[in-house]
Parts: sequence; structure tokens; C-alpha cells
Amino acid sequence: MALDKDRKLNLEEIFKDLDQYRPRRKGWTDRKLLPPGTRIGPFEFYQASENLKNSIPLPAAHALQNIDPQPDAVITSEIASGRFEDDIRRMRMAAWHGADHMMVIRTTGQSHYDGLIEGTPEGVGGVPITRKQVRASRKALDMIEDEVGRPINFHSYVSGVAGPEIAVLFAEEGVNGAHQDPQYNVLYRNVNMLRSFVDAAVAKKLMAGARIAQIDGAHNANATAREAWKVMPELLVQHALNSRYSEMVGIPADMIYLSTVPPTGTPGPVMRMDLPYAVALRELFKNYRMRAQMNTKYMESDTREATVNHVLNLMISRLTNAHIQSTITPDEGRNVPWHYNSIHAVNTAKQALNGMDGLLEMVELKEEGMLREQAREIKERAVLFLEEILETGGYFKAVEDGFFVDSGRYPERNDDGIARESDGGVSAGTIIERDKDYMAPVCDHFGYNKLPADLDKPCDPIEQCTLCNPDKIKYIDELDEEDNVQQRMNSMEEHREKGMIRPEVEWYGDGWVNTHLFLPAEPRVAEAAALEWAKKLGMENPEVIHKQTMHPAEGTFLELKGQVNIDIDPEKLEIPEEEELLPEDEIRQEVKDRPMRVVAATVGEDEHSVGMREIIDIKHGGIEGFGVKATYLGTSVPLQKAVDAAEEIDADAILISTIITHGDVHRLNMRKLHDLCVERGLRDRIILVAGGTQVTNDIARDCGMDAGFGRGSKGHHVASFLVKRRRELEQ
Amino acid sequence: MERQDDFARRREHLKDLSEEELYQRFWQLTDDIMSPLVDMARKYTSPSIERSVLLRMGFDSLQAKELVKKIGDRELLGKGAGHVVLKVAQEKGITVKEAGQALIDDRYWDLVDKHWGGGK
Repeated sequence: MALDKDRKLNLEEIFKDLDQYRPRRKGWTDRKLLPPGTRIGPFEFYQASENLKNSIPLPAAHALQNIDPQPDAVITSEIASGRFEDDIRRMRMAAWHGADHMMVIRTTGQSHYDGLIEGTPEGVGGVPITRKQVRASRKALDMIEDEVGRPINFHSYVSGVAGPEIAVLFAEEGVNGAHQDPQYNVLYRNVNMLRSFVDAAVAKKLMAGARIAQIDGAHNANATAREAWKVMPELLVQHALNSRYSEMVGIPADMIYLSTVPPTGTPGPVMRMDLPYAVALRELFKNYRMRAQMNTKYMESDTREATVNHVLNLMISRLTNAHIQSTITPDEGRNVPWHYNSIHAVNTAKQALNGMDGLLEMVELKEEGMLREQAREIKERAVLFLEEILETGGYFKAVEDGFFVDSGRYPERNDDGIARESDGGVSAGTIIERDKDYMAPVCDHFGYNKLPADLDKPCDPIEQCTLCNPDKIKYIDELDEEDNVQQRMNSMEEHREKGMIRPEVEWYGDGWVNTHLFLPAEPRVAEAAALEWAKKLGMENPEVIHKQTMHPAEGTFLELKGQVNIDIDPEKLEIPEEEELLPEDEIRQEVKDRPMRVVAATVGEDEHSVGMREIIDIKHGGIEGFGVKATYLGTSVPLQKAVDAAEEIDADAILISTIITHGDVHRLNMRKLHDLCVERGLRDRIILVAGGTQVTNDIARDCGMDAGFGRGSKGHHVASFLVKRRRELEQ
Repeated sequence: MERQDDFARRREHLKDLSEEELYQRFWQLTDDIMSPLVDMARKYTSPSIERSVLLRMGFDSLQAKELVKKIGDRELLGKGAGHVVLKVAQEKGITVKEAGQALIDDRYWDLVDKHWGGGK
């Protein structure tokens, strides 16, 4: 089914015949790169990939031929609404902004769930990963990738105590990328270490068979460490252990991605700290690929600060390399990511990567000095770490001794690492030695397997496994009659059908809004005042989500969220018709063929000139840029004088700006101008236009003008109107 | 363990290595650390691994869970859960799916016990 860009995703369509759905491909897909120097709009690009069929460019693109260059790296969007029906809407939005790697976060607690979850129950901080969820998401992504015109990679997590089962599920359902790193289980989920590594081998082998790109979990050491920049030697060690283990059990090196984070945060000197680390990493891991993650360790509730850190992280990507550029929502420091913040994060990556396109064509990293010395030192520290693991008795012993996530800069140690026992943790004592006659008659199985001799394929004894014949997959739809997508959809069905509009940030119709406010009070008083103000506005569950002192006494900036369950019926809205603008080139040609002269003035006792300047000046995209000759008479110009000037130069139009509105003086000015032109016998051949912050087209026309232009008006709007109106007058 | 940063002393044996030699050393050490873990993974299985085998044989997650529970209770996961089901199917001349469902329904265990020494 093809999507219509003017219609919302239809879940009914996605669920239809879902039991029969088969993924259209398996494995990871990179972007198709364009040759260096390829022209896109007015520019040449050196690190771009093919354009999308449908996309939403960055806001400033409208002044740059509306180009939407797509950088070389695959861009990730984190998808974490907690409801899969909302996840897929978010994926569609993210795809239109340039994401082609949808990383679906799992619900809290799934890593300790011993088995697969089925159906579509609601999650916390992510969704329960189930066959129905995976299949429906992949099917939706098939439609979305057709809509934008680029393959989209679907991604989630193969970790926890059900890793091998989840890996089977992902291999069967065409999932394209997954996190898999037994160290993550051991260190952060306290899953027994023997179980984690035994399970991981089978999971990895399955991933290799389905060409699922593997991302490791080392970035968590960065997020967990007390002083993240000190953990650099260990990060190299963790990357190495998982990468090599993966390769030894069968994942090809080019499917192994390192989840690498620039460890340091501002106000530290991040480039000087993080660049040598990034260089050391890429030199040691030249056979593997890089998934550049952004720093979350030093992330507070300030989305601006987070975004600047992320741009600095992106600079590291451009000064070195990144095959996958991950994104972190700028609001991750304050709440579960909101969907528009997911989009902001994708745009931050796209914008920064485009902005630094071809940077290394012009600058290069120094071969000597601080950068080389520090890179070398990090590598040596990592080698010493590996040496001590062996000296101490191997990996498991090292974990028991608390080698990992110690806050010391190795070989410094502070005795605060995460220590685990090899006979402890979740699912301890659950691995079983394979007997001499152990057999698993299926494909992509790792380890000892006493299959009958002379088989073509391991699954011959059962006449094909599900990996060879997907018709053998047994599909479970729902297990819980209450906690499922249909029930959730039903609860909002009327709302949806009527097309009612309510704000949302996470789920359809959740009612959350965010307001920005400055209060002239110290932070604690300001917070209490903001909450009181929210109550009076009628917000439910108000919460201050960001607070920043502007000055201890003068005041505080706050962001305040609250729920406002007001529905707007679009049927009852009066929406002004959209003025269709003439294309810029058409205006220029017409004004060139038949010159146009206008008189412009700020009228009355009014000294404001900025607005009119913006409309006229060529450098602000004003009407001069379209070839219109404007005679600007200045500020506080009597109306009489404006009409005199217009007569004198035989102007096509008079443009007045009227900002001051005391006693409705703006209306009076407009009426007076109209009357004057009628008196002089000019009115039927001169165009009268008024502008100002309080002027609207309706007010202006009421007052005898041909048009009015309010806030946000640009030269293009005025020029288009002038050309159109002149045509009408001449008919 | 607490330890001051003694990098300057510890690195003595590394400081004259070329970048290439340091690279080789880094990966040799990694291989030495990981090899015993790969060997262990070859020799062991787990309930999740066995459920993953049954999923690949065409059972759903609920069936896989039941079967691994029952086979584990008899301490026969070392034979391979898929192996146990396949054995029943072959002996009874029924499909793998039928054999799995029968075992879930507590049938044919006598046959399993007979083959692998009675279970425990």
C-alpha cells in the first residue's frame, strides 16, 4: 500500500494480513553516496548521498533553492514513545527529516524477561519488543521508505536473558540492526556473566546469518563513569572485547559497529580531549565501522546546551569518520524524548554534517604534537589494561575484581568499579554443558552440534527451519485482552475519527504543552510562581522541566509543562485562505520588462523604520531585490507628502508603514490615505498597501487599502501582491 | 583495588614499540582474553538458546517456553531441546510440530526416558 503524504498512517492497513507479512529484504543498507563535487542546488557537496523523493529541508533552505542535501552517514533517530502505534508516526516524521535508522528503545525491564513477550502491551521508556510490534513496524517502514525514497534500517536490542530468542525473532522479521554486547548485560543489567557470553555467541551467529549490523554497548561506560573522560582506556578495551568476540563467533568485521561517544562535556575543552581519543579509536579499530553516538553524560535540562555539545560531537565525526551518525534528543536530560525533539536531533545531525561537508578537503589533523602524543598515551593505557586482565586470570576474574567502570584513569584505580560474581547475578547457574550427542537441527547455530553426517543444511532433519522457510514461523497476535493497541486506539477512536485536535508530545492526544517563561524572581520563588500560574491557566499536572537563573535577583527563565485537554474541532475553525505567491523569477522578469516604482514611508508621528526597511531592502530579501524601484521618504512622513511624491514620479503604488496604534491612529492613517488618493483622482490607478505589527489584510482592506501586511511578511509577499494587483488594474 | 596512576613506570616496555607493534599487541592480547570465552560458548547451552532452537523449528514462544521447562526439569537440555523433539517425531513417525505439542501435553515422555536413560 502506498502512503499519501496528505493522509495519516492508517493502522488498520498495517494490521491487515499481518500474519502473512514477509520482510522485503534482510540486512543493513548504507546510503548511496554521490561522487565528490556533486552539485546540489547552488553548491557542490563532497560527502553527500542521494537526495530523497520526499523530505522536509532545514528552515533556511527556502533561501537556498529549497535543497535538502543528505549527508553520507546513515542518521539514527531514537524512537521511544512507549507505544508502538505512536512510534511508527514518529518514524515517519523522522524519515521525512532525514533519518534512515530507526532505533526502537525497549521497555524498562525487558532485559530480565526470560523469554519473548507477545502482542502490543504498553511500555515504560520504550516499547516491549514483540513479534507483532517488530513485524508491524517493519511493514510500516516499508511504506515509509517508499514514500521518502530511501531504504530505512530498523533497529532494536538483542540483550538480556532472552538474547538468542530475540535474535531469532529479528532474523526472521528482517530487523536490520541491533545492539549486542554481553558486557552490557554483565555490568549494567547484572545478568550472570557466563550466561551472557554463552547466549551472546548464539545471538551473534544468528545476527550474522541475517546480516544484521551489530552495535556494541561500550558507550554506557561513558554514561556511567563518575568522570567520563577518565574512562577512555577502558572504552577501547570494551570495544575490543566485544568486537573480537563477535568476529570469532562469525560476524564479519564490516558488520561490527562501535558505539563511540566523545567522552567529555562542555564547559571542558572537549575538542582537545575528545579528538585524540577519537583518532586513537579509529586507528586501532580500522577494520570495524563507527557508529558515532552523542554525549549524554553531561546533559542537563537545557536543550540549547545539549545541542551545542552534540554539534561539537558532530565535529569529531567530520574530523574523523562515522558510518552511522546517531542522534540524542536534546530533551533527554529532562524527560522521555518528545517526538518533535527527536526530529530536532535528526536535524542537528543533518545540519552540522552538511555544514562541515568536505572539511577534510581543507584542514588536516597534525601528525605531531599534542594530538599524536595523547592518542598514543590512550592506546598504551588500553594495552596495559588488557595485560592486567590476563595477569589477573582472564576476563571473568577481572570483572569479579571490579576492573570495569572504575572512575580512575587506568592504570589509576579508585576501587569503585562495578564488580560481579561469576556465580551471581540474574540467571546464575543456568548454563548447561552440551553432551556428546547434543544436536540442534537448525541453521545459524553456534557451537558444538552433532548433526547427522552428509547434510546439505543443518535443518535438513526437520525439512527446513524458519530461517530457510518463513512460512514455518508461528505468529502470535495478542495475549492480553486489555493491554493492547486495539484497546488504546478504541479509547481515542471518536477523537480520531472526528479529527479533533489536541496537543501532544509523546502519544496521540496526550495533551502535554510546554511553555517558556521568564519571571522576575529568584529560582525557588519563580518555580512556585510558575506552578501557580499554570494552575490558573487550567494546566493539569504542571511541572517545571527547566530552570535557569538569568540573574540571582533579576529573574529566572523556566520551561513549564502541563496537560491541557482542550480539543479543537478543525471544522469550526475559520482559516484564512492561503495567498499563493508568484514565483520569484516570474516577478523579476515582469518587473524587468515593465518597471515598477513605489513610494514608501512610515506615516504619522512615527519613527519606526525597521519594518519598512525589511520590506524594501535588497539585503533583507525586500522588493528592491525583485527590481522594484522604491523611493523611501523616511519616518513621520505626512500622508499628503507621500501622495505628492507618488504623483511626481508616477508611482504604481504607495506603501505605508504604521506601527503606532494609540487611538486607532493606524486605521485613521489608512482611511486618510485612501481618501486623499480619491480626491486627487489617483485611486483607480494606484495600489495602496499598508504594513505594521498590528495590521492585518482584513483591517487594511476595511480601511480602504488594497492589501495589508502584518508580522512575518517578507518582500516576496509584497512584490507578488504588487505584480498581481497591477495586472488586475490593467484588465 | 586502589592505585595511583603509575602509567609512566608501567609503560616502560611499550614506549619504544612502533604504532604497528602496539596495534598488533593490542589485538593479540584481546584474542588471548576472548579465546577461552569462545571455547566455553561452544561447549555450553542455555534455556534461551534452546528456546531459540525451538523457535527456529517452527514453535511459538509459548510452546518453546513449555518445552524447555519440561526438558530442563528432566535435565536433558544437554541433548538439545530440538534433538529431544526431533527424536520423538522420528520414533513415532509424526511431524516435529505434533511431537512438540504431544510433549507439552505430557505424552511420549516414556519414549524420551527410555532413550536417554530414564531422566531424573
